[in-house]
Amino acid sequence: MTIERNARLRDLAIWGDFFHFTVEAPEIGRAARPGQFVMVKVAEGTTPLLRRPLGIHNANADGLELFFKVAGLGTEILARKKTGDRIDLIGPLGKGFTVPADARGRTAYLVGGGRGIAPLYFLARELVRAGLRPLVLYGGRSLADIPLRERFEASGIPVLCSTDDGSFGYAGLVTELAAAELEKEKPAMIYACGPDPMMKALSAVAAKHGVAAEFSLESIMGCGIGACWGCVHRIKSESGDGWVKICEEGPVFPGERILW
Amino acid sequence: MVAEKPVDLRVAVGPLELRNPVLTASGTFGYGLEFAPYMDLARLGGIVVKGLYYGPREGNPPPRLVETPSGLINAIGLQGVGVEAFAEKVLPKLRAVATAVIVNVCGADEDEYVRVVEFLDRQDGIAAYELNISCPNVKKEGACPALSPRTTFDLVKRIKAASRRPVITKLSPNVTSIVEIALAAEEAGSDAVALVNTFLALAVDLETRRPKLGNVYGGLSGPAIKPIALRMVHQVASRLKVPVVGMGGIMTGTDALEFLVAGAAAVEVGTASFVDPDAAVRIVAEIESWCRGHGVAAVRDVIGTLRAA
Repeated sequence: MTIERNARLRDLAIWGDFFHFTVEAPEIGRAARPGQFVMVKVAEGTTPLLRRPLGIHNANADGLELFFKVAGLGTEILARKKTGDRIDLIGPLGKGFTVPADARGRTAYLVGGGRGIAPLYFLARELVRAGLRPLVLYGGRSLADIPLRERFEASGIPVLCSTDDGSFGYAGLVTELAAAELEKEKPAMIYACGPDPMMKALSAVAAKHGVAAEFSLESIMGCGIGACWGCVHRIKSESGDGWVKICEEGPVFPGERILW
Repeated sequence: MVAEKPVDLRVAVGPLELRNPVLTASGTFGYGLEFAPYMDLARLGGIVVKGLYYGPREGNPPPRLVETPSGLINAIGLQGVGVEAFAEKVLPKLRAVATAVIVNVCGADEDEYVRVVEFLDRQDGIAAYELNISCPNVKKEGACPALSPRTTFDLVKRIKAASRRPVITKLSPNVTSIVEIALAAEEAGSDAVALVNTFLALAVDLETRRPKLGNVYGGLSGPAIKPIALRMVHQVASRLKVPVVGMGGIMTGTDALEFLVAGAAAVEVGTASFVDPDAAVRIVAEIESWCRGHGVAAVRDVIGTLRAA
């Protein structure tokens, strides 16, 4: 874990409420694994006081990429940054997705809802490197909610989309799309990141088909490093059910351990 | 070139000698080791670890945190591993760090406080206890021994009789007169007092008309509370003979020095450690730099030097 006080931003891209930056933080970029996150200080001063957790969208030896949706004061301030501005961030934090052993040549489903798609691009590329065949199932309220479709396709990763209003792809929930795909083929693993109701429904679908699944949970975080115990979720452990810190033991958990 | 004489940062909190006046506030610094990747823990005046009950404790349902202007309301509910796991897994590693380790002691009743202290008294590598009589989250109404001089006196008396180590009593600001409670702790033999814990607070979600925290009420910390904390530290330090450890919204060396001027013998850095994991060691450096710039040879000379208006 590194604190990078003065990382330069570039490659700003905007799609409505969604924003993308490349962050020149090579130490964090080199160490990052798919599913991990960074804690970003969005402003000087004390409002907002806390850093914001953001999933790592992509990473390499030059730095990392962030993709986020404006959802409150913190992301609103971040979205006003320009190429050349500097940010202060800590990372990489948490435990990311795991790649199943002996799964070369097999399919993996990556299910993203809205801004939850962010960490799945990094994961998809990692899975390709590991010899798996990722299929992205990407859901949103409307076409404006699924701006990363072309980016996946440009990397040779197939994408099936769903929109609640039917403006693009399957008209309905991405979990319905996933259920339909599972009838056709059983993947080596399902990975998901999105709203809790989406992941809860998907967890049931995955269990029904006997497919292993990993979910990336989201929470307000005080510190991101396991000190404040503010970001807990109900998780099953050998020692019983309890409130487990998302930042430290997660944000990615196996589906069978998460109590929704 | 003449080498600059180093500033003497040592302070004493009663019988407790500290290498500098900056401690970490309990509940904001985990069990200490979480911060080892970000700083040399030996540069701290001391580490006050998260409050410990005898056994593991479950804590409150989420949401546990709400951000407010320049502040943070938390209702963690003292989730923790308990003293046995602490002694087995954490303390051996903390012993290797050359700084004072202070354990924040909790209890559901007087007997549990005593059991915690008796157990910890058998462990090496602890410098003092901070008696947490003031966590406002354990019961919904914020009830705790710190709310009455009588219950404070009785509890401190029992803990002092049971403990072989210095006891610092941590006070709640959610009282009519914090001075009365502080005097009761002093009279019962407390070696020092620490203040303030968080201010009992409520955040409302207007659209749903529900509390934003799972526990309804939580404790407000951060820069928003600093002026009130400073006033309380000044009032208590003016009346007590035993030293005061001051805290409440300290983000910088300047903030910390203001508490020292108001009468605190040492300070605790809390919420700032969430924002910057290395905030406490940065504050040590900022205190040293201010002293050097102001011709202050020893930081203890700053303590209690608030002048008349």
